[in-house]
Amino acid sequence: MTAIVLYGLRESLRRKMFAVVLVLTAGFLALYAWGTHAAFRDTRSFVGPGQEQLDPDVLAGAIVQGLAMFATLFLGAVLSVFLTLNVVRGDAEAGLLQPLVVRPVGRAQLLLARFVGGAGVAAVYVLAVYAATVAITRWAGGWTPDRVISPGVELAGAVIVVAALAVAGSVFFAPIANGIGTLMVFGAGLTAGLLGEIGHAIHSQKLEHIARIAWWVFPFDALYEDSLHRLTIDTTGFAEFVLTLGPFGGSHHAGAPMLAWAAAYLVIVGAAALAAFSVRDL
Amino acid sequence: MPPVLVAKGLEKRYGRVRALAGVDVEVDAGQLVGLLGPNGAGKSTLVKIACGLVRASGGAVTVAGSPAGSTSARRSLGYLAELFRFPGWMDADEVLTLHQRLASSRGGAAERVELLELVGLPDARKTRVAAMSKGMQQRLGIAQALVGSPPLLLLDEPTSALDPSGRRIVRGLLEELRRRGTSVLLNSHLLSEVELVCDHVVIVDHGRVVAAGTPDELRHQGGVEVETRSGTRRFPDARRADVPRLVRELVAAGEDVFEVRVVKSSLEDVYLEVVDE
Repeated sequence: MTAIVLYGLRESLRRKMFAVVLVLTAGFLALYAWGTHAAFRDTRSFVGPGQEQLDPDVLAGAIVQGLAMFATLFLGAVLSVFLTLNVVRGDAEAGLLQPLVVRPVGRAQLLLARFVGGAGVAAVYVLAVYAATVAITRWAGGWTPDRVISPGVELAGAVIVVAALAVAGSVFFAPIANGIGTLMVFGAGLTAGLLGEIGHAIHSQKLEHIARIAWWVFPFDALYEDSLHRLTIDTTGFAEFVLTLGPFGGSHHAGAPMLAWAAAYLVIVGAAALAAFSVRDL
Repeated sequence: MPPVLVAKGLEKRYGRVRALAGVDVEVDAGQLVGLLGPNGAGKSTLVKIACGLVRASGGAVTVAGSPAGSTSARRSLGYLAELFRFPGWMDADEVLTLHQRLASSRGGAAERVELLELVGLPDARKTRVAAMSKGMQQRLGIAQALVGSPPLLLLDEPTSALDPSGRRIVRGLLEELRRRGTSVLLNSHLLSEVELVCDHVVIVDHGRVVAAGTPDELRHQGGVEVETRSGTRRFPDARRADVPRLVRELVAAGEDVFEVRVVKSSLEDVYLEVVDE
């Protein structure tokens, strides 16, 4: 099992695409540092007399960190999809899978190991980028999220759920179709989150209800929104209202049942993928 | 000793297509069995079912007494797929190390060196797969199949990408495996190769076994040719047992006999007779 997990990890890290992602991430972090510095500087002159309840550093810090969360989620999701989209059908068509499957290691362990490899690399990437953005935000404006650890963990959890969907999809679909499909599912989940935010702003219970149903179908969005919520969990008053309506999906408290469902969702998707893979002709 | 591979009434359907329609094949311990047949005959499907890559629609296959696809069956076999690839970033040593771990082989570096020498790649230990020719990759594939010294080797077109010298190396390897008592099911299009090394030949067509036996059993007699002073005399219906009588008759008739040949059909002739192409 260890051998195949290490193989999965090396397979993920050896891809040229991973090096491209690292270079692009360095560019993103540099731009983020520049933008965040400017955002703090400009927002301090933005708050006028009588608006003292709106701390400009909290406003700028929470908004840019929220944007960074979205960017990190997006990059992490794309990475996790590209690392896992060919795990079964793609590798089988390339002839990479058969020499491994005939070994005594077994299909379940093989699939689990490839998932751990792809999802693990993507999760570590997300945690690293999140930590970098938190450090940059603190350096640029002295603002730190109300909760530092849990938002990053939830963001990594969201990416792991996306990776699980891509691995499950790889049992049925060719790599390109699987990649496009999984990213469309990811986009649909985020869109549902935006819909809920609009519903919240215009007091439409119907839209908010749709968004909550989408959470159960796509729990990665629930994890993302809950991670945003934890950034400013102790912030109150007008600032809280402003920060709830983020530009890329609102911050909402998901609650323990939803977090438990996200974990159960992983198990269900994994079990379905294993069941399908175990009877698939290669 | 019981057979290492037993397939009984093996069937496989892909939708409406019947790839295998009740195939019976046995591979005894230490036996080299050649599997012949045209494209689409069901040869690769048979091998894949034995490996556990494909599920049978009917019938049964056992490998070393265990159902095909089970962990113990997979422990007892080495497999080289017709279409396979190793990650280009690995070198030969890393490929074999990975498969040693997966096969729980304790052979270590000594086994890896021995296998690479056996397939004619003694200097390729640190050569990355991406830098190898197709022929080198195929030989590495054979070495990979031999990791852990499995009692049964399933080779699906192992020489398709090899040049004549590479094929000779593989032939020598198969002879060595026979000497070691390893059983081999060799799926190949190269009839001459099968004829040279295999103890037993199974010809499959349209998912059925259409001929089986030792190469000698399959090659039937095609008459007798006698070289005489007046030229070559052919007796197409004569058999080996008729040779003394024929020679006596020719000598009695005043002919000088220089050479007598019992003509046998080649495996290729037999193949073309039984396969409906």
